[in-house]
Amino acid sequence: MLEIKNLHVKLEEEDKVILKGVNLTVETGKVHAIMGPNGSGKSTLSYVLSGRDGYTVTAGSAKLDGQELLEMEPEARAAAGLFLAFQYPVEIPGVGNMTFLRTAVNAQRKARGEEEMSAGEFLKVIREQAKTLKIDADMLKRPVNVGFSGGEKKRNEILQMAMLEPKMCILDETDSGLDVDAMKLVAEGVNALRSEGRSFLVITHYQRLLDHIKPDVVHIMADGRIVKTGGPELALEVENNGYADILAEVL
Amino acid sequence: MVALDKAETDVRDGVDRETVEAVNAMAGKYKHGWETDIETEYAPKGLSEDIVRLISEKNGEPEWMTDWRLQAYRRWLQLDEPRWAMLHYPEIDYQDQYYYAKPKSMSGKPKSLDEVDPKLLATYAKLGIPLKEQMILAGVDGAEAAPAEGRRVAVDAVFDSVSVGTTFKAELMKAGVIFMPISEAIREYPDLVKKYLGSVVPASDNYFATLNSAVFSDGSFVYIPEGVRCPMELSTYFRINAENTGQFERTLIIAEKGSYVSYLEGCTAPKRDIAQLHAAVVEIVIMEDAEVKYSTVQNWYPGDEEGRGGIYNFVTKRADCRGDRSKVMWTQVETGSAITWKYPSCILRGDDSQGEFYSIAIANNMQQADTGTKMIHLGKNTRSRIVSKGISAGKAQNTYRGLVSVHPKAKNSRNYTQCDSLLIGDKCGAHTVPYIEVKNNSSRVEHEATTSKVDDDQLFYCRSRGMDEEEAVALVVNGFCKEVLQALPMEFAMEAQSLVAISLEGSVG
Ligand SMILES: Nc1ncnc2c1ncn2[C@@H]1O[C@H](COP(=O)(O)OP(=O)(O)OP(=O)(O)O)[C@@H](O)[C@H]1O
Ligand SMILES: [Mg+2]
Repeated sequence: MLEIKNLHVKLEEEDKVILKGVNLTVETGKVHAIMGPNGSGKSTLSYVLSGRDGYTVTAGSAKLDGQELLEMEPEARAAAGLFLAFQYPVEIPGVGNMTFLRTAVNAQRKARGEEEMSAGEFLKVIREQAKTLKIDADMLKRPVNVGFSGGEKKRNEILQMAMLEPKMCILDETDSGLDVDAMKLVAEGVNALRSEGRSFLVITHYQRLLDHIKPDVVHIMADGRIVKTGGPELALEVENNGYADILAEVL
Repeated sequence: MVALDKAETDVRDGVDRETVEAVNAMAGKYKHGWETDIETEYAPKGLSEDIVRLISEKNGEPEWMTDWRLQAYRRWLQLDEPRWAMLHYPEIDYQDQYYYAKPKSMSGKPKSLDEVDPKLLATYAKLGIPLKEQMILAGVDGAEAAPAEGRRVAVDAVFDSVSVGTTFKAELMKAGVIFMPISEAIREYPDLVKKYLGSVVPASDNYFATLNSAVFSDGSFVYIPEGVRCPMELSTYFRINAENTGQFERTLIIAEKGSYVSYLEGCTAPKRDIAQLHAAVVEIVIMEDAEVKYSTVQNWYPGDEEGRGGIYNFVTKRADCRGDRSKVMWTQVETGSAITWKYPSCILRGDDSQGEFYSIAIANNMQQADTGTKMIHLGKNTRSRIVSKGISAGKAQNTYRGLVSVHPKAKNSRNYTQCDSLLIGDKCGAHTVPYIEVKNNSSRVEHEATTSKVDDDQLFYCRSRGMDEEEAVALVVNGFCKEVLQALPMEFAMEAQSLVAISLEGSVG
């Protein structure tokens, strides 16, 4: 369960406040969606949760199964089961996609005091996962995200998610830049991972993705806060009418 | 490719497990910082004609060799230490060094391993050298006859100034390959040595090479006869053990027409508060259609975080591609030494000859590296390729210095240079100093250079997937070095990767 309480965040280098008291609880096994206008702080929230530098938390807390995330190093958060599918996945030249993932899987296992995954087992699992996401063998060998198309990068994030088996998955606009078929693939990938022990926080601008990944709860974020929470119908309302009405109502 | 025993077919690229383990052992956090307390026989400190004569005499050299050294010594007295490199270090007192040190146990031939100084054996074990090789290196009588352990790498170990033994000599001999300490070669193959010694790096070449010519006490000698593919990797381990001792080894490799050899050099030294001098010379002669690969993993002690101690490494390495279509490939992974001054060079004399230089130079803490290559195009249609990856961390300074010179007669020649620098943190420096001279208009020279900082987004991406910061840096840096790592024999490349990681420990956070 992810519990975010009264989270206030400003930029480290400037006095700009971005998150102004976010309250949000994602129960174990549930799928929550966050929508909201550009610049409302959605990516910032996901970065702060995963521990990126450059932000200062001025108040509040964020707990994953009772453990305070905000005090942990990024890698410890990952080992504790947090995963962020980046809005803009990062390229790492010279590092094979597979090498990267295997290093990650084993780093997490080591941090949790588990045994490393053998090369053979890893290969078997990654091949299966890649197949479902229609990621070909060549892409597994190529350097991480280098020269990948926008859609390939997003699918690669889902592959990483599948391999790392996190408890709490944050997807930041994983649907943007995907063609219709790729969107389906990604949604199927996510649906296949849905389970009682795993929660999702899906950041998106479009109803389309939510047609495939049916959320339990939808939140609207505006100006650094969650301003409205509802069921899947809230997403439809945004799709049809935009944010104007909702914002007028709450502000 | 080496003919591997069946049992080892899982090992590729001609490098066997022991070699891998040997390098593996080199990859501890300055794991090689041990000092072996072995009784050592020293010549008196300082340098003089008498010392030069003494070294020559200790090696049982003929008169011509003694004269050659003396001439070098006299020449050296007239030279000034070069100071053009971007290196800052205190004045070296050449009279405050020992120029000859030899483990005492080498004096009499032991009958079995039991009689060998156990500390010497422990040293070999730490270097990862397998038992039979330890016996041979320790000079145990009849060791050559002991059953082999299926390893296929011939090793020569140079301990302080002396080659303590070479393995696999007999088997190599069968193929016609000569692989032995140069001190022995001077006695056994005087004609070959006389013909080639100093023919690539003349005794008067530069301050450090000249010093080496006067005082070198040992090193490796390799001769590959016409048409022979050396049946195994050859490798030399250099280790400086004795305190205040300079190490001056001399390597001479001759590849006759159509021959091939892959040669691997590994270097370690104990941790010491006082800097130690190392001035080696490597000469390679390559005839028609012959090919030599020379790989170095240099892990001399780099000094501590404050810059105390470490090896001052002034090395002259040069390959002369004398024959048409001859080829040389230098690959170096330079992670150690307090000071590195090193420019492995290729003289592309034969038509269609090729030179390649792949380099990773890592400087962390207070290390300084000024390294690169020289490609001298003399023959027609000659090709050269330079891929240099410099990584600076801590307060280190890393300079790439490279010369590409295409002579008027070297028509239709090509060079490609790629020179990338990576900075970790903001207290270190990277410098690129290319010298390019092209004296005909049918040749083409391309130079690309980049300098970048290790990318925070890349590090965060890795960490968000569960890697700690050091692991993330190592991964990103290894990616940056990929092209060069690929040029190393496969298993060696993996070990070089872990060495990269270890050299960068403490560079972040
Ligand atoms: N490092 C930064 N420097 C300056 N401004 C920043 C920085 N990071 C975030 N911001 C600002 O904070 C606000 C929130 O940005 P954020 O990326 O979280 O929005 P978002 O909700 O994800 O938007 P989008 O829907 O466009 O992805 C924006 O106004 C953005 O410009
Ligand atoms: Mg965003």
